[in-house]
Amino acid sequence: MNQPLSFQRNPQLNSNGELQHLLSIDGLPREIIERILDTAAPFTLVAEREVKKVPLLRGKSVFNLFFENSTRTRTTFEIAAKRLSADVINLNINTSSAAKGETLLDTVDNLAAMQADMFVVRHAASGAPYLIAQHLAATGRKHIRVVNAGDGRHAHPTQGLLDMYTIRHYKKDFSQLTIAIVGDVLHSRVARSQIHGLTTLGVPEVRVIAPRTLVPTGVERMGVRVFNDMREGLRGVDVVMMLRLQNERMQGALLPSPQEYFKSYGLTPEKLALAKPNAIVMHPGPMNRGVEIDSSVADGAQAVILPQVSFGIAVRMAVMAMLGGGGQ
Amino acid sequence: MKLPEAEQLLAQLTEQMRPQVSAQTALLGIHTGGVWLAERLHANLALSIPIGAIDVAFYRDDYHQRGLHGNARSSQIPFAVDGARVIIVDDVLYTGRTIRAAMNELFDHGRPSSVQLAVLVDRGGRELPIAADFCAHATTLPAAQMLALERSEAGTLSFRMVEK
Repeated sequence: MNQPLSFQRNPQLNSNGELQHLLSIDGLPREIIERILDTAAPFTLVAEREVKKVPLLRGKSVFNLFFENSTRTRTTFEIAAKRLSADVINLNINTSSAAKGETLLDTVDNLAAMQADMFVVRHAASGAPYLIAQHLAATGRKHIRVVNAGDGRHAHPTQGLLDMYTIRHYKKDFSQLTIAIVGDVLHSRVARSQIHGLTTLGVPEVRVIAPRTLVPTGVERMGVRVFNDMREGLRGVDVVMMLRLQNERMQGALLPSPQEYFKSYGLTPEKLALAKPNAIVMHPGPMNRGVEIDSSVADGAQAVILPQVSFGIAVRMAVMAMLGGGGQ
Repeated sequence: MKLPEAEQLLAQLTEQMRPQVSAQTALLGIHTGGVWLAERLHANLALSIPIGAIDVAFYRDDYHQRGLHGNARSSQIPFAVDGARVIIVDDVLYTGRTIRAAMNELFDHGRPSSVQLAVLVDRGGRELPIAADFCAHATTLPAAQMLALERSEAGTLSFRMVEK
């Protein structure tokens, strides 16, 4: 199959440098990331109006293609698409065609034949959304947009973008910040997206705090400082980004027990006190209370975990609005 | 063509509107020039309801051809739209599509009791059945020319001609 050259270079951008698909934060220029964040800001106000909708995607069909379960991400994408006036079709593939043996690309072809305009894809295999975008381009259907809603251990770009939005909302400027990402970095596509986003936006110090067994080898090459001691790593930080302990992805003896983990890497009020007094605490959800985060921190004054959810809708609206308009 | 004098036109527009406004009048400026004008009119006419500002990026009818307009700003309407007597304010009236978009957005905030339109300049070229209720200057410009309102640091308004 012949690929257009531009697709091989960066499938997310067209020849004018405009966003075509959102597959990962890695490879997005700073201007595009900032434009997404700027565009998200007015969308936060749509939710406060009498009519919580704008007409941008009226008449467009957005297919939520979830090959892996996720209630929150699917729901926020669904709300975002509906607030843009799109028609939303939710497919939980693990319970339907794939279980009957249909391949990923056959499923995509069938849905494209139903006049899909956008696919929002969650898949356990890294690279699945990229494969779909590539397939659509190679078969003359590049007008169909693809948004990665989480692929394997690779990326979860809208989560990373909503985290950037949240940090900018509370801290205004990235250029003076020290930010710690704490927890299961090894299995976390969220962490990868966060690191790419934060370094692209010019955060001078990004720290990763995790036990040795949960730090991917070579993570330093992404421009982060690694700490195995949480107390040391939290000292003086402006933002604490907690990750979920991915029980379902744990295999073998990476960890002693959840209780042991909490003792060393759970965020307690006492550990949080080592960060700056005005530090904010973030978590992508769903939280394991008493495993990675203490309830009093999760519900405390420094937590911005629920605002993250609201901002997530606005950020997803911004991404879909930027993708769904004219221009090839 | 001689450029219209924005400050002079603003004074004329103020006097046109004065007999028709009341304590119930709410001004809604369209970003960016319309907001500047609404601020000035609000002061000149000593109105009490705070002005609203609207950005029509989410309601434009060319989204499917041209995509989302860059730098979409927040629409902020600080008054209750239900039952309000709204005057939409813009610098230049041309095709009428911006005004249509602004009205569509306005009605997603509630049901005003009346909506009027005030502009500094009507430059002709309408593509929709929309007319201004208050207009300080009417002229006809070729499609290749655009009038752009500018504001100096001191707050003085002036027009500039942009050739497309």
